[in-house]
Amino acid sequence: MTALVPHSWLNTLGIPPWVWDPLSVSLRAAFEATIVVAVVGIALGYVLAKGRFPGRGAIETFFSLPMALPPTVVGYYLLTRLGGPGPIRNAEVSLFGHPLTFTFTGIVIAQIVESFPYCVRFSRAAIAGVDPRFEQAARAMGLPQWRIALLVTLPLARRGIVAGVAMAFGRALGDFGATMIVSGSVPMATTISIALYNAVAYGPHHQAMVLALVQLGVAFAILFGVSRLGKVRPW
Amino acid sequence: MKRKVSPAWSLGGKQKVAVIVVAVLAGFGLGFEVAHLFGGSIAYWGVVSGPFLLTLRVALPATLLAGVAGIASGYVLAKGRFPGRNLLETVGSLPIILPPTVIGYYLLEALSPGTPVGGFVTRVVGHELVYNVTGCIICSTVAAYPFCLRAARASIEGVDPRIEQAARTMGLPSWRVALVVTLPLARRGIAAGLTIGCARALGEYGATLMVGGDINGKTRTLSLAILDSFTTPERNAMLLILVLMGITAMTGVGLLGRTRT
Amino acid sequence: MTAALEVAVARRIGEFDLDVAFTVESGIAVLFGPSGAGKSLTLSLIAGLIRPDTGTVLINGRTVTDCARRIHVSTQDRRIGMVFQDGVLLPHRSVLDNVALAVRQGGGRRERRAIARSWLERVGAEGLADRRPGSLSGGQRQRAALARGLAGEPALVLLDEPLSALDSAVRAELRQLIREVIVSSGVPAVLVTHDAEEAEEIGDEIIVYDDGRVVGRRSVERPTPPRTRGNAPPESGVSP
Repeated sequence: MTALVPHSWLNTLGIPPWVWDPLSVSLRAAFEATIVVAVVGIALGYVLAKGRFPGRGAIETFFSLPMALPPTVVGYYLLTRLGGPGPIRNAEVSLFGHPLTFTFTGIVIAQIVESFPYCVRFSRAAIAGVDPRFEQAARAMGLPQWRIALLVTLPLARRGIVAGVAMAFGRALGDFGATMIVSGSVPMATTISIALYNAVAYGPHHQAMVLALVQLGVAFAILFGVSRLGKVRPW
Repeated sequence: MKRKVSPAWSLGGKQKVAVIVVAVLAGFGLGFEVAHLFGGSIAYWGVVSGPFLLTLRVALPATLLAGVAGIASGYVLAKGRFPGRNLLETVGSLPIILPPTVIGYYLLEALSPGTPVGGFVTRVVGHELVYNVTGCIICSTVAAYPFCLRAARASIEGVDPRIEQAARTMGLPSWRVALVVTLPLARRGIAAGLTIGCARALGEYGATLMVGGDINGKTRTLSLAILDSFTTPERNAMLLILVLMGITAMTGVGLLGRTRT
Repeated sequence: MTAALEVAVARRIGEFDLDVAFTVESGIAVLFGPSGAGKSLTLSLIAGLIRPDTGTVLINGRTVTDCARRIHVSTQDRRIGMVFQDGVLLPHRSVLDNVALAVRQGGGRRERRAIARSWLERVGAEGLADRRPGSLSGGQRQRAALARGLAGEPALVLLDEPLSALDSAVRAELRQLIREVIVSSGVPAVLVTHDAEEAEEIGDEIIVYDDGRVVGRRSVERPTPPRTRGNAPPESGVSP
């Protein structure tokens, strides 16, 4: 995880390794998680916004559950499904050679689950909010549905979609409970929120102060960016 | 051209409230019942009921506090015309993505008697705010607040201003316009915010762990208790309660969000 | 000669009840009547954006809607062009892109853009090619919308109150343009308006609407027959 940037650079910049290491773990995991969440979440948001099939509400409720569940519940299910005996664990072992609990990938999966609802809800709201006449005009022009989606609907909904992806990224960065249960405080896979917890519980106080401040700054920056994107409210 | 709204989704207002109330009661009731069933014996039930009732003791006041604060500040942000409105909302929204450990850290700094700020606060309030239920309530309130705020602001802004103008021409003072016109018209969005705020209050973990201390019997809420009982049978009962509550909450939010065209 | 459009549809929405039937042989038919009479609804039914409760729609002899036989050709496949009241151009693309998207024929992107450009010239908007719709005045926007509606060589062009959002000076200017461009392109058209002057100036025939029904129909006297130069005679809009 530290291979991204050599420690000597960090020392000249004044960033100590006990900040950079967990921060880079969090950033990398959140980045990977957000890519998956964005692709699947936007697609699902489109289907939920446009589809007219029974059970639509149930599906959206299901995928929104991580927002309403304590992270310990999410963590419990991830831990037992990914690590405990069952088809998912078998699939992991055949794909990766080992179960994904207590690994970096496990962190990514926990973050995907926790941040997914934000992307889906924001995307669905944004896509549903596009003036239907634009699509009607495009249909009259003879464009097939997939081209309408790519050329008309999604571009017009881009602000809300970007806000959803940004919120998902922020949520992934800020995850604590589920991440901790799935991956523990394995040194190779310690996120910055877990590092803060450790610093408050055991470590030097000034470390806690800095770690908290860094996370506060990042969260504020993300939310500020989202607020500039305008009014998108999925709840 | 307006799309036709499929009739299956449009329940009347009162019916929706009834559905939600029934769902909530069912969720709680089922939780109790299944806890009994899974628990099997009084001993097990004793283990689950403690954290369960404690969680209620924490989450319900927290939701109330967050709701009142959220509606009030949402109203101010919706109606006010001062610079920095969006900045305030951004700050108020921080707990949504801020890691709970950061919230816990700052709350500890602000509340625990050992720190300068915390010492002052403790003296003013008169008793300790950490490592007891009060601390847990504060954590849950912080977790729930941003949802109440954003939902309240959005739905208050969505109220047709002409209806409020009409009320003013009828002679109603501003505060009555708010109570009689604005808030009732915004009640769906506000209710949705309260629902999801309640779910967040129920499920708060990281900050509660740090500020409450996870003291068995005193500050061990359900979400904390699950970790402690990880390998024991009563864990299933706790899970079921929480999952049912979560499903109820999101279903409620979904129903409230069904737009009337 | 096959009629350009044959409509016989009924549709109920809430309290409103539409039940109309008419045929347009060629030229420009105007649906005229007060607001809420069902004119725009008829257009949506012809376009296939909404389905009727009962009835049929035939464009150039081709059945695109037949409730009894459960036929409903999707809007995309109807070879129509539509011009909306406020243009509804894609705000994130240039005017030229907007028109080029509608062009169905043409080998490659260059060809399509060239065709689009020629249509913009015909409506007097060639200077607007690289502008964004948001920066256009109402009149400019509707010119671009007209170009877009015709650029796809449709079998039928539908105009829904294309000038209602404009002020009267601009409206007068564009009335002539609409008639001239549509007539010279040879495409049959159905135009919806509640403005009597507009109906007289643009239409060859006026179909009068009131409260969901057709209550009258008459031809408009013209001093000279419309000249047909330019693209294609009406029959070429027939799809395979």
